[in-house]
Amino acid sequence: MRYVVFLLVLLVIPVFAGEFYVGELGAVFIFAVVGIAQMLLTGYTGLISLCHAAFLGLGAYTAAILLAMGVPFLLTIVAAAVVAGLAGTLIGLPTLRMSGLYLAIATLSFGSIIATVLAKWDRVTGGWSGFIVPTPVVLGHALGGPVWLYYMSLAALLFVLWMSLNILRSPIGRAMIAIRDSEISAQSMGIHLSRSKVTAFAISAGMAGLAGAFYAQYVRALTPDAFDLLISIQFITIIFVGGLGSLHGAIIGAVFVRLLPQAIALLRDDLPFGLGRMPGLEPGLFGLVLVLVILVEPGGVYGRWQKIARYLAAFPLSRRSTSTRQRSFTRSERLR
Amino acid sequence: MTAALFSADDISISFGGIRAVDGVSFDVQTGEVFSIIGPNGAGKTTIFNLISRIYQPTSGRLAFGGQDITTIPPHRIAGLGIARTFQNIELFTEATLLQNLLIGCHCRSGTGLISQLCFLPRTRREEIRHREKAEEVIAFLNLQRYRQSLIANLPYGVRKIVELGRALCTEPRLLLLDEPSSGLNVPETEEMGFWIDDIRRDLGVTIIMVEHDMNLVRSVSDRVMALNFGKVLALGTAADVQADPEVIRAYIGNAP
Ligand SMILES: Nc1ncnc2c1ncn2[C@@H]1O[C@H](COP(=O)(O)OP(=O)(O)O)[C@@H](O)[C@H]1O
Ligand SMILES: [Mg+2]
Repeated sequence: MRYVVFLLVLLVIPVFAGEFYVGELGAVFIFAVVGIAQMLLTGYTGLISLCHAAFLGLGAYTAAILLAMGVPFLLTIVAAAVVAGLAGTLIGLPTLRMSGLYLAIATLSFGSIIATVLAKWDRVTGGWSGFIVPTPVVLGHALGGPVWLYYMSLAALLFVLWMSLNILRSPIGRAMIAIRDSEISAQSMGIHLSRSKVTAFAISAGMAGLAGAFYAQYVRALTPDAFDLLISIQFITIIFVGGLGSLHGAIIGAVFVRLLPQAIALLRDDLPFGLGRMPGLEPGLFGLVLVLVILVEPGGVYGRWQKIARYLAAFPLSRRSTSTRQRSFTRSERLR
Repeated sequence: MTAALFSADDISISFGGIRAVDGVSFDVQTGEVFSIIGPNGAGKTTIFNLISRIYQPTSGRLAFGGQDITTIPPHRIAGLGIARTFQNIELFTEATLLQNLLIGCHCRSGTGLISQLCFLPRTRREEIRHREKAEEVIAFLNLQRYRQSLIANLPYGVRKIVELGRALCTEPRLLLLDEPSSGLNVPETEEMGFWIDDIRRDLGVTIIMVEHDMNLVRSVSDRVMALNFGKVLALGTAADVQADPEVIRAYIGNAP
């Protein structure tokens, strides 16, 4: 019910808000889609990836190039997801036996390979001079402008969210959780480790690619450096700030990561002591917040919110120890 | 004797020169509780890992229900009807008890990826079936009050039972229990003994159990095999094996 109200609010926002804010919110939706993709792979399956920006880029270029060739908009979205999904399978296969740092390095290299290809293959991608993204035309209407983008991105987010919820209540989603928590017993429960991991990679990359089709509309001109390591790290940031292992976390994280820099920029002029003129203020503050969240609340913003909600629900009766009590028991020496 | 449900024929495996399991053979009959005892490092867990196909034996054959399973990949073992628990509990700790049990049902699921992505009626029906199976196990093991608890928040003794339940969700014909009483206190160990009896009697599951607690071994086992340095020392009833001079020597020799 709460979600329905929330959705209604989202649906009417463009009626009241200015174009700039509508556009930025649209970008939040797109980032939330990639956040969910990253969450499925890293937060649920336990596989780190530092190349989700590359999947996003593959989707964006695929959709843009196909649009320029006159392919219908809907088809370009599907193609973007498929191309990125195939790339995900491609990176998933050789990294099956890797985990942790090794997987991070492997995906990082893959990301930079993609970025290089996008830059060098300039006959198709436009290389460093960029690729102008055509405005999609559906049934004779040109779907340009932030309001259209807002609704399309919202629809994409809802679609990906629906699919993720299905995944998480199906054997495949539970297999992902199982692999994250214990590979050896996952295997003994009949889970095919390599197939499940590649599937997770493919689905996650496919979702990021789908987001790419909309991201292309948002940036309007594609350049290879729009999809480099820094952006991949933003997606990692999203899931850590939001809280690992929850879809709520991915969305909250996206809001946070996209809007915090904007908020800092807005506040800049009002800061005292000339602080606002300091160079590097935005990344600095951003990093500070990130470090604080990870130090203070490993469960992320969503984890903290759940604790607050639990506290409020039990208000006069809740005690400080509620969420720590049971854990300390399991930490006792019986574990050895 | 009828054909054995499970048989190990002269299996061996070495790790860097150490023969962890050295020419071990034994048969397990349908409906039996077969216990493996032996000092630490005797190779008991390694035998389980060989049966689960996590390790590849350097020689020997494994057969289950008349089928050679020596070369079957590990993820197909559960589907064949062999489930296990682990010495140090290998539950999915950041998931709920119910999710853990449903993962146990995984080997009985067979809907395709698209059907799961869109949660088509086929997947929905299967999910309902799995949920029923999980609820059945929850009721059987009296775990109702922990249904939605995160495993990380459950006490150790309950986790041991959950692991048992997860194994039961695979609908096994053969259950491998690795030290079911380790880390449990006396009443909890007794309770574990009752569960093992129930599983054998009510569900008709055959059990191979690795165990140190001789009271538990005596009370539930039909036959006992004693192991030391990867070799079989004795095989017979609990009383026979405990009286065997070789077994006594192995235990005294290992006493601190
Ligand atoms: N993966 C492995 N790598 C190297 N040595 C192993 C491995 N697994 C077991 N071993 C060795 O095999 C022997 C038997 O171990 P194990 O089966 O765990 O004993 P236990 O009877 O106490 O369960 C030990 O000496 C152990 O060090
Ligand atoms: Mg052992």
